Amino acid sequence: MSKYRVQDGALVDGGPLTYNDDVVRKFTIAAVIWAIVAFSVGVYIATELCWPSFNLGLPWTNFGRLRPVHTSAAIFAFGGSTLIGTAFYVVQRTCRARLWGPPALANFVFWGYQFFIVMAALSYVMGFSKSREYAEPEWHLDIWLTIIWVTFAVIYVGTLVKRREPHIYVANWFYLAFILTIAVLHVVNNLTLPVSWFGSKSYSLFSGVQDALVQWWYGHNAVGFFLTAGFLGMMYYFIPKAANRPIYSYRLSIVHFWSLIFIYIWAGPHHLLWTALPDWTQTLGMVFSIMLWMPSWGGMINGLMTLSGAWDKLRTDPGLRFSVTAVGFYGMATFEGPVMSIRNVNALSHYTDWGIGHVHSGSLGWVAFISFGAIYYLVPKLWNRDGLYSVRLASWHYWIATLGIVVYIVAMWVAGITEGLMWRAYDSHGFLQYSFIESVVAVHPFMVMRLIGGLLFLTGGLLMAYNLARTIAGTKPLIPGLAAAWPVLGAAPAGE
Amino acid sequence: MRLSHAILEKNAFLLLIGTLVTVAVGGIVEIVPLFTIETTVEHVAGVRPYSPLELRGRDIYVREGCYLCHSQQIRTLRDEVERYGHYSIAAESMYDHPFQWGSKRIGPDLARVGGKYSNDWQYAHLKNAQQLVPESLMPHYAFLADTKLSTNDIVERMRTLRAVGVPYTDDQLAHAKQDLLTQADPGADPKALLARYPKANVVPGHGRPTELDALVAYLQVLGTMVNFADPATERRLAQ
Repeated sequence: MSKYRVQDGALVDGGPLTYNDDVVRKFTIAAVIWAIVAFSVGVYIATELCWPSFNLGLPWTNFGRLRPVHTSAAIFAFGGSTLIGTAFYVVQRTCRARLWGPPALANFVFWGYQFFIVMAALSYVMGFSKSREYAEPEWHLDIWLTIIWVTFAVIYVGTLVKRREPHIYVANWFYLAFILTIAVLHVVNNLTLPVSWFGSKSYSLFSGVQDALVQWWYGHNAVGFFLTAGFLGMMYYFIPKAANRPIYSYRLSIVHFWSLIFIYIWAGPHHLLWTALPDWTQTLGMVFSIMLWMPSWGGMINGLMTLSGAWDKLRTDPGLRFSVTAVGFYGMATFEGPVMSIRNVNALSHYTDWGIGHVHSGSLGWVAFISFGAIYYLVPKLWNRDGLYSVRLASWHYWIATLGIVVYIVAMWVAGITEGLMWRAYDSHGFLQYSFIESVVAVHPFMVMRLIGGLLFLTGGLLMAYNLARTIAGTKPLIPGLAAAWPVLGAAPAGE
Repeated sequence: MRLSHAILEKNAFLLLIGTLVTVAVGGIVEIVPLFTIETTVEHVAGVRPYSPLELRGRDIYVREGCYLCHSQQIRTLRDEVERYGHYSIAAESMYDHPFQWGSKRIGPDLARVGGKYSNDWQYAHLKNAQQLVPESLMPHYAFLADTKLSTNDIVERMRTLRAVGVPYTDDQLAHAKQDLLTQADPGADPKALLARYPKANVVPGHGRPTELDALVAYLQVLGTMVNFADPATERRLAQ
């Protein structure tokens, strides 16, 4: 037990309170490593889409097997490690309570989750896949992830229950919604029947049109709850902390939370417009997608306005700059999404690279940037360092990555709209003007441009990894003498 | 006294229940009726379960992630119908566990690729797409031609699919292995195979089928099961 106590008058029934930051440190390191992996695989498969000889003619390196490695590494490995790590960090501070359960339980979540990621990646490369987008692992890995996730949920809710704050802080509502909804989505979407108990092959319980909607109910809400709600929890904690300002509007937080989680879940059918899905379902999906614009922007406004009176910090704190830019990209992506879910726009945009561009303005601009902001904030705190190794380097990361995103999404807009227009173009005789392959040739320059955007983003990520490694290895402790003490104590001091 | 949000903020379990109820509504309203409303899947003639060889080909299609570049869903848009053929109907994927509609066209839609090209073209194209279409981005699948198709669990696979709703008959299960080999052997008599699986396309597998044979058999049946020229089909779709 640490002799360091929270230096806050509000804590009256204190007793020695230490947080379990050991598991947070592990998740933070994992997040940075997985970020590099995810970006690298992304760059590699972008190269395959420029020059197909990069597929190498081997089963293991084909685009079809590597693409799930990229998406899983980005969403579950990088995004997931950041989410679970920050959830453990935030819930302890906002509840003034150590993580529920023995440290071994939190460690089980960490190692179990990393094991899941590594096994999933290996299984895709070796040719095991359910072919459900963003839920490709076969049934035995799905069961393993369920066990990990339930343990995570129990620790999280357990900590909420034993909190020493009367109110549950807003960031925790979003983290909780993320944990619970992902559990429900994961279980229902992955209902399959194994061919044998000793093999990995299984067949989905659902078929055709029902299977399609179950999958996109899952797929869209993987975006809504994994990539949005969880990261909004991050926004509601780290932006006020870094800006040293309270949340702009408490009331807006409440409206934001309930409307967002209610409306998001309906939006899945916008992935299936003009298909064999019944019209009524398509229309519901479209209408709710458009409605979703409002809560999304409510949240964006709440995040941005929190900076009121603290905008000057953007000049000096690159971490906060990442977080705030992330909220800007969030606003842009959540405006673009509803537009793309309008039937007539979707007729043009669906199946094209516009969709890829949209996803990346969300995943690079919002998810990765809000994560970078949180990680730059966390690392000096978790390792008890006097700030980052180099603020300048973090600033370089910011500008290179931002440039990368802009190059990436502009390339994809142009490519996507080019494809959409060429596929529907008619010549003066009333025949289709272009063969499919002509559209492939036409967008080649933009595939190369996208690769450059991705390379820039990866370069930024490498700068971050180097900066953080030097920060962690650094010898400048926040409080003299403390750095040497914390490994013995097993936890960083609770006060900030 | 007005209801206060503080009630939820102060009780983790109420917040948990409230969240679960809130997120459950949309999914229930949209998904459950798809299983209960009779008109969701059209009752048209011709759609049959995949033959054993086609099924194995489909498994390979899933394994290699073909759906990541090729959709199997022709939308109800004029240019798509002209480019790819009749728009896809729900009945055509009613035995697809899982569905393969896809979400991105790095290559063209494949919902009706069956019969569009010869077997020879499909073999050559899958092995080296650039030889036939120089600008193509498709990876080479020559390794499938060198991999012997594993057939020992074909009955278990069909039995599993039957358990989730694909109406394989006992007769089909009993002859699974035989049908699989027949479809990959141009020298064999396909009569019994075609009786069990109409429109099945025999591929040149020389009696020892490879994974490539299975994949071609699958591709060649895509979109061919429903006869859209049949007035009865038209009447069904108009309903």
